[in-house]
Amino acid sequence: MTTNVHQTNDGPSNGGNNAGGPADANPVAKDAVTVVDPRLLVRQEGFKGYLTEFGRKMRSGELGVVPVIVGIAIIWAVFQWKDSAFLSPKNLSDLSILLGGTGMISVGIVFVLLLGEIDLSVGSVSGLAAATLAVLNVNHGVPEGIAVIAALASGAALGAVHGFFFAKIGVPAFVVTLAGLLAWNGLMLQVLGTTGTISIADDSFVRDLTAHYFSQLIAAYGVAALATAAFFLVQFLDSRRRKAVGIPSRPLSEILVRTAVLAVILFTAAWRLNQYKGLPLALVIFVAVLVILDFVVRRTSYGRKVIALGGSVEAARRAGINVVAIRISVYSLAGLMAATGGIMIASRIGSASQQAGTGNLLMEAIAAAVIGGTSLFGGRGSVWSALLGMLVIGSISSGMNLLGVANSVQYMITGGVLLAAVVIDSVSRRTQRTAGRG
Amino acid sequence: MAIVPNGPVLALRGISKRFGAVQALTDIDLEVHAGEVVALVGDNGAGKSTLVKSIAGVGPADEGVIEWQGRPVQVTRPHDAQELGIATVYQDLALCDNIDVVGNLFLGREILRAGVLDEVEMERRSRELLQTLSIRIPSVRIPIASLSGGQRQTVAIARSMLGEPKLVILDEPTAALGVEQTAQVLDLVERLRDRGLAVILISHNMADVKAVADRVAVLRLGRNNGTFDVKTTSQEDIISAITGATDNAVTRRKARSGEVAK
Repeated sequence: MTTNVHQTNDGPSNGGNNAGGPADANPVAKDAVTVVDPRLLVRQEGFKGYLTEFGRKMRSGELGVVPVIVGIAIIWAVFQWKDSAFLSPKNLSDLSILLGGTGMISVGIVFVLLLGEIDLSVGSVSGLAAATLAVLNVNHGVPEGIAVIAALASGAALGAVHGFFFAKIGVPAFVVTLAGLLAWNGLMLQVLGTTGTISIADDSFVRDLTAHYFSQLIAAYGVAALATAAFFLVQFLDSRRRKAVGIPSRPLSEILVRTAVLAVILFTAAWRLNQYKGLPLALVIFVAVLVILDFVVRRTSYGRKVIALGGSVEAARRAGINVVAIRISVYSLAGLMAATGGIMIASRIGSASQQAGTGNLLMEAIAAAVIGGTSLFGGRGSVWSALLGMLVIGSISSGMNLLGVANSVQYMITGGVLLAAVVIDSVSRRTQRTAGRG
Repeated sequence: MAIVPNGPVLALRGISKRFGAVQALTDIDLEVHAGEVVALVGDNGAGKSTLVKSIAGVGPADEGVIEWQGRPVQVTRPHDAQELGIATVYQDLALCDNIDVVGNLFLGREILRAGVLDEVEMERRSRELLQTLSIRIPSVRIPIASLSGGQRQTVAIARSMLGEPKLVILDEPTAALGVEQTAQVLDLVERLRDRGLAVILISHNMADVKAVADRVAVLRLGRNNGTFDVKTTSQEDIISAITGATDNAVTRRKARSGEVAK
């Protein structure tokens, strides 16, 4: 959730607050907020206020992305210490491409989890989409663009079918998507036919999705600069508008700090990627999808409805939200994202095979969403958890591969991380419920 | 209380409702004026909820007339009631635990700006609304899950105020609340009255009723069993009207002996 600055104009602890602060609200607006109850959550200005606010959030279970960031830091530190190749430009670049495939599927899972439901079929749907693309394009000579659109549309349609049975007929989502898991895997084998594996031509557009790099130095730095500027501008304009109408706003200093943190991350990433082949197209696509869908969740009324459904179906219904339509659309989106992920994976591997979409792909996609901080209980989470969760899972497997650790151990460790994430989710949920202030 | 000094905002005339073989409501009359809190009391199964549902358009009555500001109206859907200016706060509050106060207040009627949620405007209006109702909550950006029961109830009531209703129906607003929280909610009920709204308060708690209601309408077995002025009526009288203690073995014997004496 968004953090907000809470100002007051009395209280002994922060008498004369704001004075000299860079984001001083105008005095009339402050006086309008008359008596302040001592129980209100009031954040003091300055660095100390920031720390107390942070401490309060931690104690009340609003952990946000803190556990997963700490997790990534630990994982990276350990692997870098064990093998200095881990943070090398090549390994990081490969990791960033690896994220895209399963990450796309995971984004769809985030939406379904926000509803408080589950989708077990995304692995099979992604495999079927890859098979559809390959069969249409390679076997039947359909132009690539049309084949890609057909594959994406098939994913969205299959998702809508799951949504229909769940939302309209009332079959539990677990069972509907379990049926989908089996059925679409069967259909994929049928579509692939006796050929088994269909290779995708190396010079094709689909291959380029994960093989193309923007090798000019300016590309990566330019994107980083643009993103930083856009972030600052959005935050700054929002803060100015809030100040204009006299509601709590972020002080300029805080916006600058946040922008600086983002800039450091982006420019470091750009610098590292430029040391290898440049900015991978796959990473650009993945992050663009994340930005767009994050906007949908947080800033549109559609996203608000999805989150409301995850909180309380009855409340959403009474607020006039079309529950059936929202549910079907979310499953359809999950199918669409699964198909996107399937295409990205096929692009990276260079073929659509009978193994596509099977194995632990589904489990990784769900695990990534949960590890990234999206609650299994619905209504809480962020699209970015797909990226963060994939960073954890991808880093573990990449690092273990570097160290030559067997798959068996990798699975056990990933399982342990997932368990830890769910435990954190459950505990923080319980804390949040009991942290109410009377 | 400058609004329509004479004439009720809502008047029910001869409302009846039947569920199969059960006559849930028989010939109910009820009047509510602007700036007045009418408590609707009665034992379990007396028909309070059924009556409220008929006003709110959830379960329309079979017979009878609903008059809104003096003219008869049809309330067959919840939407009709909202159009008229009737807001109902149900016992289960219908709030989303995971969404913050602002989001809950505007759930289903979000303010958009160029197709995007206008959080700034929604937050400004939320603060304004909560301030005019003197509702104190830790922060408008805190999830509902972090609020106490009383605070949630006040948020639910505040939400009903967004549609600028003329009549607010509160179904058991203080059930399951502690002493302090009940006080918060009752304060809010008084402020609604002071703002010239008509309030129908369903409650089991006589102390609450005595504290804020102007009049008490008693239902018993689906019939009117008297309307009392709170200031001039003792609690015992109201309770006996609810339980029907005015009609028990002792009174019957009295009636019989009266007949015999004749």
